[in-house]
Amino acid sequence: MAVGGYRTPLSRARGLGSAKHGVGHWIGERVTSVLLIPLVLWGVYAALTVARTDYAGAVEWLGKPLNAVLLSVLLAVSFHHMHMGLRVIIEDYIHKPSSKVMLLLLNMAVCGLAGALAVFSVLKVAFGAAGA
Amino acid sequence: MSQTQADMQGDTAARTRRPRGPDARPLSPFLTVWRWHVTMASSILNRVAAVGLYVGALITAGWAIALAGGPELYGDYMALLGSIPGQVLLFLFTAAVWFHLAAGVRHLAWDAGVGYHPRTANQTSWASIAFAAAATVLTWAAAYMTGAA
Repeated sequence: MAVGGYRTPLSRARGLGSAKHGVGHWIGERVTSVLLIPLVLWGVYAALTVARTDYAGAVEWLGKPLNAVLLSVLLAVSFHHMHMGLRVIIEDYIHKPSSKVMLLLLNMAVCGLAGALAVFSVLKVAFGAAGA
Repeated sequence: MSQTQADMQGDTAARTRRPRGPDARPLSPFLTVWRWHVTMASSILNRVAAVGLYVGALITAGWAIALAGGPELYGDYMALLGSIPGQVLLFLFTAAVWFHLAAGVRHLAWDAGVGYHPRTANQTSWASIAFAAAATVLTWAAAYMTGAA
């Protein structure tokens, strides 16, 4: 029988079912999880290092290419992971379509904006333009 | 013959047989015998930690933005983080980092098909809670000893 041949005409007309995006989402969650294990370990070490210094020390620390790149990657991967994670939480608990869509968009906006602002700020400091 | 009748007549074969029929519905979850399981607690805790990390990531983003904003803004931001509510927030952030990390490793193991036995799942639940508690205390001990906190 052809693909989808078992569905009733009404079921086909309603068109509900998998959006065929599930595998990509699932793999994305796992890939970011694995990446975040070493990144977060470095992040805790980095936080302890930076917290010991003042403004000038923090600027100098972020001026080192490895620190700037690792922090940018940590932020980017974290915000991407957070976007996927909170999306699932919203989809699990919020069933009213208008609230759900609004929260999903808000989640996307917060993660996108905060992530972009944070990475841009890191690069700005790294390129020696802090406070400018 | 119903299950109850079989029991009264001492029919052990019927008693140990898997219950069938409409009157043999599963009894669990049943309110009078319901109890918390550590796997359930750690599952909920992992979601709570995830939402907490959302706030933590925004705090981290705020740190980068404050640093880019110059010494004055950075000083204000660090004073805010150094206040008692700020330190409590950072302590909870640390705990969420370690718990979510441990729980995340458990999830990756499950994805590989490992650790599903109830006993193993209970043990790794307790292990991740213990790991998070110990790592949080150690992180803050390191922070105080190195002058970071």
